[in-house]
Amino acid sequence: MLMGLYNDWVVVVLMMIGFYIVIAHGNLIKKIVGLSIFQTSVFIFYISMAKVDGGTAPILAEGIQQYSNPLPHVLILTAIVVGIATTALGLALAVRIKEAYGSVEEEEIQKKDNLDC
Amino acid sequence: MKDLLAVIMLLGIYSLLSASFFVAMDAVDVAFTEASVGAGISTLLMLVAITMTGRSEHPVRHKPLLALAVVIVTGSLLIYGTLDMPYFGSAEAPIHQHVAPRYINDSMQEIGVPNIVTSVLASYRAFDTFGEVVVIFTAGMGVLALLSVARRPVDIKKVNSFNNSMHEQHLVLRIVTKMLIPFILLFALYVQFHGDFGPGGGFQAGVIFASSIFLYTMLFGMTTARRLINQSFIQILAASGVLLYGSVGVVSLLNGKNFFDYSALSSDPVAGQHLGILLIELGVGITVASVMVIIFFKFADRRDYSPSNENKDF
Repeated sequence: MLMGLYNDWVVVVLMMIGFYIVIAHGNLIKKIVGLSIFQTSVFIFYISMAKVDGGTAPILAEGIQQYSNPLPHVLILTAIVVGIATTALGLALAVRIKEAYGSVEEEEIQKKDNLDC
Repeated sequence: MKDLLAVIMLLGIYSLLSASFFVAMDAVDVAFTEASVGAGISTLLMLVAITMTGRSEHPVRHKPLLALAVVIVTGSLLIYGTLDMPYFGSAEAPIHQHVAPRYINDSMQEIGVPNIVTSVLASYRAFDTFGEVVVIFTAGMGVLALLSVARRPVDIKKVNSFNNSMHEQHLVLRIVTKMLIPFILLFALYVQFHGDFGPGGGFQAGVIFASSIFLYTMLFGMTTARRLINQSFIQILAASGVLLYGSVGVVSLLNGKNFFDYSALSSDPVAGQHLGILLIELGVGITVASVMVIIFFKFADRRDYSPSNENKDF
């Protein structure tokens, strides 16, 4: 019976993979990669909520009774484009950090900060 | 994996796979966006970023057991939380009861656009979308601010050699690109204006448009691309897209209707809706395309000027 929830479990697994990368890796680029995996898992969560059995894509046409829910699609469509814009901002920050500290590894950045104090 | 190039390639493949999930779950518009943004532009930006920040990751010295424990505890709590969720695909789930039936049943009479996603995006929830466009614009300005200041001294010889080497080497790629670019641009315009009837719209069209400019820049070099596209012009274009979107809302406000109520734009409400959706999708498309181009140009500029330019591996 519980197998009906498998979509949520896939999302949780993906989300935790992303979360693990964010907290366990010191490389800032890898952290951004982890964040995008986390982000995509949320997208999949929303889209899987919108799915209706026997439904079709929400484009109105003759002879179709059942449509999937269009509202989560709208939210996620805009979220994807906002996601790439914010990822670009994160990458820009990483590039500036590299120029200022000579590294994108968290430990080395902290070491340099401690030396400065 | 210590090689970040491989990590980023895998991320691109993952994005493409998740786009196919979205198709399987009926979200064609979303899949379209994810395929063009996630698999295309985000992979490209990350590759440009690692040419500046270094290709390999340093080995982790501490044991990641604590992180693993945190992740497992959070994951099991989330799984416990899902036990109350409605089953996958069930039509009785609370999410399908509230506003969605109104969109599905009435949007044809009220908006007159077959693609429900477009009518919700551009008309019912135009205010939300306006917010998103402003976020994209702000992120573009943020990248501009971060990567424009404190530029390192320019080594002109090096920059030119990079540009020309690409220009002379890939003859086949150059000719194929020249043949493909008009079709990519045409496809972007089709996606832009056909968004009312099929999957597509301003967001996807903007990204596809920008990707053709990326392709041109990668093969013909920054100097040629800069001759083609004026930097300050594209910045004005990014702002004018947001302004076009906002002013449609203000016009409907001045005509005595609500903000973004397009039925004020014409005597026939449905024709007004069509005009409004066309205009704001155009605003979205212009903003998205020019912000993506600004971001890419800024990254590429930084790469050409930064001293850590040794690993030119693509």
